Amino acid sequence: MSYELMSNLVGAFFTLCIFSFLYKDNPFYQMSEQLLVGISLGYGLVLTYDRLFVPFLWQPIVIKHNFILIIPAILGTFYLFRFSRKLGWLSRYPIAFSMMIIGMGVPLGIHASILVQMRQGMVPLETVNLFLIFIGTVAVLLYFFFSKAHSGTYGKFVNVGKWYMMIGFGASFGLTVMARISLLIGRIQFLVNDVFGLLK
Amino acid sequence: MKKTIPLFIVILGGLIFVAYAFSPHRFLQDDFYNKFYVPWTYASAPFAALLGIISLSMMHSSKIKRRAPKWQFSYFFFAGFIVTALAGLIGGMQKGGLFMWMFENMQMPMSATMFSLLAFYMASAAYKAFRARSMEATVLLVAAIFVMLAQVPLGVKISKHLPTISQWILDVPNLASKRGIGLGVGLGAVATSLKILLGIERSYLGGGD
Repeated sequence: MSYELMSNLVGAFFTLCIFSFLYKDNPFYQMSEQLLVGISLGYGLVLTYDRLFVPFLWQPIVIKHNFILIIPAILGTFYLFRFSRKLGWLSRYPIAFSMMIIGMGVPLGIHASILVQMRQGMVPLETVNLFLIFIGTVAVLLYFFFSKAHSGTYGKFVNVGKWYMMIGFGASFGLTVMARISLLIGRIQFLVNDVFGLLK
Repeated sequence: MKKTIPLFIVILGGLIFVAYAFSPHRFLQDDFYNKFYVPWTYASAPFAALLGIISLSMMHSSKIKRRAPKWQFSYFFFAGFIVTALAGLIGGMQKGGLFMWMFENMQMPMSATMFSLLAFYMASAAYKAFRARSMEATVLLVAAIFVMLAQVPLGVKISKHLPTISQWILDVPNLASKRGIGLGVGLGAVATSLKILLGIERSYLGGGD
């Protein structure tokens, strides 16, 4: 048995284990599920060690003697006090340090999520499509404005927003289904070509 | 000490970050952000990851100790975690090693299959929505069918106009709804950020004193 075939058989076994859930929940699926979580966590640990711990903590302190970084390292260890009942409050310090960046989120959030979108939405209504986009955006925004009762002519206009959203959700749904189906085709191609093709 | 100082750190640091977003001053852009905040965040980040690893390991070990339902499968979690971690830390991350072999032949096939399973559940959800027989569900499904058919050769065979209709759905009603929702989300996010910055929202610090 070649190395490639053996590797593909392992992949095929776990692929079929996960697919077995389509029939019903079973021990093979449970095993693969837990194994996947474990492997992903191990992968994350190695990646964190290699990409964060070594270049940003170990090398600067041990090789470059940048001892000031011992302070954030101690601050980082405070995260682990989360498990302690008495000293759990110490974990608030690293959380507070990482939450500081929220200050940057206010002006940048206003710019990216509000101002830029408003500028794009308030262009001259030269075509029918631009008019439809403008009406739709206003109607969707008003649909979530609950300080005025959705009744009468206003209610009918606000209802237009609901239809726009249904079409939008449908489009997102369709794109997501297609993305999942392309993954499914990939897995079936793997089983048919890479596994059964090599077994022939 | 327990809550006031962390709150003070968030407010003061947050205000410095507001200034950072507006001012191109060297102290803010270089000294504060590049030389202080970024290296300090990277230096403390591995411990946050460690917190997650310890938390998940504690959950599984307590499951085994308590003999909770399906406790036997927690051994597979530990097996996967320990073998992958040791393979990466001792053997390295290069191609051809055990670490990459496990990633390519175990992690990747399993996660891709897990996501592909959702195709079946989404199809069943669509069927249930269609059975609801409401006008909204019908509009949603019709838009989804147009978008899906336009992406496969069969759709073009049914009608050469399908890709145009699908693109119009994506560019006009879809854009308007996403922009409306996006604006609402943006306003909400800015309001929440302001509440944190002003010390009104404190739930991220946890309960207790």
